[in-house]
Amino acid sequence: MSSHYEAPIREPLVLGEKSYHDVSVEIAAPVLGRANKSWWIVFTIALIAFLWGLGCIIYTIVTGIGVWGLDKTIGWAWDITNFVWWVGIGHAGTLISAVLLLFRQKWRMAINRSAEAMTIFAVVQAGLFPLIHMGRPWLAYWVLPIPNQFGSLWVNFNSPLLWDVFAISTYLSISLVFWWTGLMPDFAMIRDRAVKPFQKKIYGILSFGWTGRAKDWQRFEEVELVLAGLATPLVLSVHTIVSFDFATSVVPGWHSTVFPPYFVAGAVFSGFAMVQTLLIIMRKVLHLEDYITVLHIEYMNKVILVTGGIVGVAYITEYFMVWYSGVPYENYVYLSFGAATGPYWWAFWALIICNMVFPLTLWVKKWRRNIIWTFIVSIIINIGMWFERFNIIAVDLSKDRLPSSWTLFEPTFVDIGTFIGTIGFFFVLFLLYARTFPVVSQAMLKTILKSSGEQYKNLRAEHGSHVDHINDPTENPPVPIIHKPATKVAPGDSAVKQVKIDSLIGSVGAFDPATQERDDLKQISGVGPVMEEKLHQLGIYTFDQVSRMTDREYELLDEIVPDFPGRAKRDDWAGQARILKNKKK
Amino acid sequence: MAANKIYAIYTDDDLLLDAVKKTVAEDYHISEVYTPFPVHGLDPAMGTPPTRLAITSFLYGLVGLAVATWMMNYMMIVDWPQNIGGKPSFSFHQNLPAFIPIMFEMTVFFAGHLMVITFYLRSRLWPFKKAENPDPRTTDDMFMMEVDIDNHDIDMLTEFFISTGAAEISFNTNEEDR
Repeated sequence: MSSHYEAPIREPLVLGEKSYHDVSVEIAAPVLGRANKSWWIVFTIALIAFLWGLGCIIYTIVTGIGVWGLDKTIGWAWDITNFVWWVGIGHAGTLISAVLLLFRQKWRMAINRSAEAMTIFAVVQAGLFPLIHMGRPWLAYWVLPIPNQFGSLWVNFNSPLLWDVFAISTYLSISLVFWWTGLMPDFAMIRDRAVKPFQKKIYGILSFGWTGRAKDWQRFEEVELVLAGLATPLVLSVHTIVSFDFATSVVPGWHSTVFPPYFVAGAVFSGFAMVQTLLIIMRKVLHLEDYITVLHIEYMNKVILVTGGIVGVAYITEYFMVWYSGVPYENYVYLSFGAATGPYWWAFWALIICNMVFPLTLWVKKWRRNIIWTFIVSIIINIGMWFERFNIIAVDLSKDRLPSSWTLFEPTFVDIGTFIGTIGFFFVLFLLYARTFPVVSQAMLKTILKSSGEQYKNLRAEHGSHVDHINDPTENPPVPIIHKPATKVAPGDSAVKQVKIDSLIGSVGAFDPATQERDDLKQISGVGPVMEEKLHQLGIYTFDQVSRMTDREYELLDEIVPDFPGRAKRDDWAGQARILKNKKK
Repeated sequence: MAANKIYAIYTDDDLLLDAVKKTVAEDYHISEVYTPFPVHGLDPAMGTPPTRLAITSFLYGLVGLAVATWMMNYMMIVDWPQNIGGKPSFSFHQNLPAFIPIMFEMTVFFAGHLMVITFYLRSRLWPFKKAENPDPRTTDDMFMMEVDIDNHDIDMLTEFFISTGAAEISFNTNEEDR
């Protein structure tokens, strides 16, 4: 029996007395139940924000990019800020599901589903911005390397912006199949639990006919592992390439070699903050406190601390290098004395306070286990990380090398509306997800129930780690329910067959596993794996037994196993077996 | 048609794993096992060979790398070489550093998607595919072993599965009516 031991010092990941069935019921409850009033209120607000944003996008496309606050100095502002912000948020999901899978972190199983959903929805928001920034989004397919009407004018593979097209579309699509593959067993659980025919039908389609065969699970686990191995470098590459959009330019503040690792750390930092924001609300609303525990929140806070620390070190490095370089242009970049005291001082200090000061409170164990404080800090980090991108883009561009063109960026109502619209769209998608999808990957959670579930931990604490983990204690065996076949096997048929088998074994000799060894009967030409299986069922295991077969036994064999009539005689199994038997000696 | 499969249902993964080992030792043929979650150690116990999906993924990745290399060489070097920003694209090896990001992305794209498609096809999973688990509780908390009856005695088989701790035993007689 496999061991379910886990160090007792580790806190349980699943609280309460839970059977496998309880897990299914509690995860399926929000899907099969009805939405409550607060869900509808939040959904309506999100939908209104989305529709407002949609209006702004339509206005932009109909009128032109001029409706934004851009000018000749600041050609990129809120659009790219929002793009990078959303892509960054989209990094936590894959980090949780891929990197933590490779590190065998069990706590990811309660949160990976929602984090991946968040990733996909965030990347959708991110993708909107380059699309509408094109001005003519119906020509978006021009970014793809496809033959076109201008002769063979291809896209420019030297450009980081094109790398972005490939990186983000690969990331979005790989995240999507990763998510969906993990979802199939859980959709199947809901399909088999659903009572309403419509729900049964929908989840039947979504589950792709998943049945949970042993072979399917083996493949499933392999696919998850390989996808995790592929997604780990992928997630690092995506924000690296996003940072190349800036790092390969010649703009002061942008052409910085520290950008790739610093952007990746910042992305994970902001992504985890958004996961905290969403999950702290979701666990409350959907009553998942037993699955998404304070321990999960603390673990995520530790990731925030690490990545926030990396970001903090990068800020200090940037600030130092700006001062140390002595280049006058550099004194206006987003992390410089000039920025801290210039017209964008508020953006500078918002960045420092939100991203460097507030996360430091999480070093205190009591605070990082405080759910309300975590929620507040997560919102602050989301704001701080938006300012980071705003500062890199708008502040760096506002003072270029020509003082006569220095300017400040002022967003128009369209800029603001589009941004709020994407937040609305994001929440519309996430709220719909929380109502219709199994928000915890319950199948995977069941695999850790015995090692990390509270009641099993208590069981081991009381009775030692070798205690029986079987759900159904055998000292009190329930009477098994036996469904007899409705149409019985014809009694004569079975009895006659048995007589024939006995007669066959009688003449070739019985196999005694205690004294004899099995032979590989497949060596006889004409005996495949199927036939060997059939011979085993009859009790024929050795060449010796086969070699004693004569025409009478061949006929008996054909009557008992009618699949290969005349085969044994035609191939002279007895003769072959005799040779093989002698060779063995 | 008479029953040719016996279904033994267990309520626990450890119990199932134990029963699978006993069944294999008794030389009964396990045709399928349905579980609500991956039970570790089940496939070696059943004698299922390891899956080769990871190997296919590696090969697909190589295809992706080759496609990316060929595509960028054809488009940037062969078909229409240009001088972009003072960096002419006249030879592949000089442009190679700029091609690496997309080579990587396409390797991952091919390796990931084609492997998943292979998995779906091999395991026969696609939209509108009808689920074939004989008992819907096997996606919840029940573990079902499906064993060929062949010419074994049904009563003896039943006795055997009761002794392994099965909670329910049934047969597949009415498969066609279901």
